[in-house]
Amino acid sequence: MKRHFRVWRGDATGGRLEDFQVEVNEGEVVLDVIHRMQATQAPDLACRWNCKAGKCGSCSMEINGMPRLACMTRMSTFADGETVTITPLRTFPVIRDLVTDVSFNYEKAREMPAFAPPPNLRPGEYRMQQVDVERSQEFRKCIECFLCQNTCHVIRDHEENKRAFSGPRLFIRAAELDMHPLDARTDRKDFAQSAQGLGYCNITKCCTEVCPEHIKITDNAIIPMKERVVDNRYDPLVFLGRKIFRRRGLDEPAPPSPARQPAAVVPQTTTLDEQGRLPLSEFTFERPGAPSPYGEDVQFPLPADGISYHHPSEERPEIDQARD
Amino acid sequence: MTTTAVRPARPGARAAISARTLRRDRWWLAPLLTVTGLTAWVVYAVVRVYLHKWYWVEDHHYLTPFYSPCITDRCVPDAAHFGRVLPGWWIIPEAAFSLPFLLLFRLSCYYYRRAYYRSYWASPPACAVPDGHKRYTGETRFPLIFQNGHRYAFYAAVVISGINTFDAAIAFRGADGKVGFGLGNLILLGNVVMLWAYTISCHSCRHIMGGRLRHFSRHPLRYRLWTFISRLNTRHMELAWITLGTLAVTDFYIMAVAADWFPDLRFFN
Ligand code: SF4
Ligand code: SF4
Ligand code: FES
Ligand code: FES
Repeated sequence: MKRHFRVWRGDATGGRLEDFQVEVNEGEVVLDVIHRMQATQAPDLACRWNCKAGKCGSCSMEINGMPRLACMTRMSTFADGETVTITPLRTFPVIRDLVTDVSFNYEKAREMPAFAPPPNLRPGEYRMQQVDVERSQEFRKCIECFLCQNTCHVIRDHEENKRAFSGPRLFIRAAELDMHPLDARTDRKDFAQSAQGLGYCNITKCCTEVCPEHIKITDNAIIPMKERVVDNRYDPLVFLGRKIFRRRGLDEPAPPSPARQPAAVVPQTTTLDEQGRLPLSEFTFERPGAPSPYGEDVQFPLPADGISYHHPSEERPEIDQARD
Repeated sequence: MTTTAVRPARPGARAAISARTLRRDRWWLAPLLTVTGLTAWVVYAVVRVYLHKWYWVEDHHYLTPFYSPCITDRCVPDAAHFGRVLPGWWIIPEAAFSLPFLLLFRLSCYYYRRAYYRSYWASPPACAVPDGHKRYTGETRFPLIFQNGHRYAFYAAVVISGINTFDAAIAFRGADGKVGFGLGNLILLGNVVMLWAYTISCHSCRHIMGGRLRHFSRHPLRYRLWTFISRLNTRHMELAWITLGTLAVTDFYIMAVAADWFPDLRFFN
């Protein structure tokens, strides 16, 4: 049976919705139909996908105005004869057709301090109880489809907030690490509020509504993080309690972490685009094939003084000496 | 048919889609229902609070939650369990102690915030539907930064729920001082149970009871509390609406009995 589709075609200079009549078979998803368009009518239609199983997070797009994974949107969910409109993610710059440049999310991820290993344990000595990591594990289900980032009105409707706001995907990362039983950093609440812009979120829950992994982003990550920030910043009682009982652990400010500088992002020479970034796809790249995610001129292994991982034994030599 | 890849002329431009939203489901229904429901409830509550009458059923000791605790000069002495400390000027509600805190509690509740930001403030009206405002700073500055004080409203709400429980308990004293039981008691009791469920399913409560811990394994009791509250918390939205309903029903029933529109249905005494 043929059905009517409207697909946005174009690039950063402009574009429009084009009409297609495409064959649809029983049991198909929207991504199948896009593949059939490519095979029969529009071989140059750009679309990003990888797994077709809802696990890689590549095929994010907007279907009838709702942000969704194309490979997980069954054609049977639409009424007979309903026109299906397919557009690229709105919040991110478009590269071509249905492909957008989602590097905003990777930049925000790079700003996030990594897991800090506990100073008195060697790798291999980490022990955790299931009840303690359970909360963090929910957030590990994230497939980085960035549908939540795309839906969040803070940046979707207000481009100017992109500088100050990291978005729900990074809030679950912040919660994951702040709730992690072994993470040694104690400044994550402050980081969430001042550097990630947690205060911009008005808990309207659209991120939760679109998450294909059904992560309870707002209830289990954002609101608990907001409450933790209140502990640290806005609650005079918690402040007093801390002074009177000298309680530690929950809320001490971060000890200066010795020698833990984030690795400088070395600007690459020839392959950078106008914004000083590596091109993300071959459309905007002068070579065939996508560039190395690490930069074309990076040699492995990396020189040891340029990476941000520090083995705890560097700061506490006695750990190494205790080794048998 | 191949097209040569060209570098975007305006790097960083979003896809130029003219329609503000392409959603065609009834996304406007939920905000519409919210506005209707909340507005209707607020109108009812304001009217009731400023009626200054029909709040106490002498025979069965029913006191409506809208007038509890009754602390102005105007209060029937029997209904004023906590003294009559405020002047009876018409602008002062009988429950001048509890109402402001309850208002703050619900206003700063994470669920109601979501509801009214979406429906009254259109920020955003629904997911993937554009925000109705030019600028947006969220809860980062005055006045919305005070939403961070929600836990204090929660503490007050616990006290007030305690007072409501007291009201429901003394209503079991029948006309002659012995134990009595009527439909009004059931309604009061149901209301109090729901109020407690709503109050302790609060996100701040969840945080205070255990959410703020890093190691559940070291605090087994708090972990169990947290687990219990987390389970209730998933129903927080439903409880928010249910309690609006039970509050209005309780108040209406007591108003009707107090005004002699119909008698209380007594099961015994
Ligand atoms: S709940 Fe917060 S982070 Fe999630 S979409 Fe809404 S404003 Fe954005
Ligand atoms: S949190 Fe959910 S919606 Fe957001 S990127 Fe991860 S999987 Fe996608
Ligand atoms: S193609 Fe991998 S999530 Fe859709
Ligand atoms: S009462 Fe709703 S979150 Fe506290």
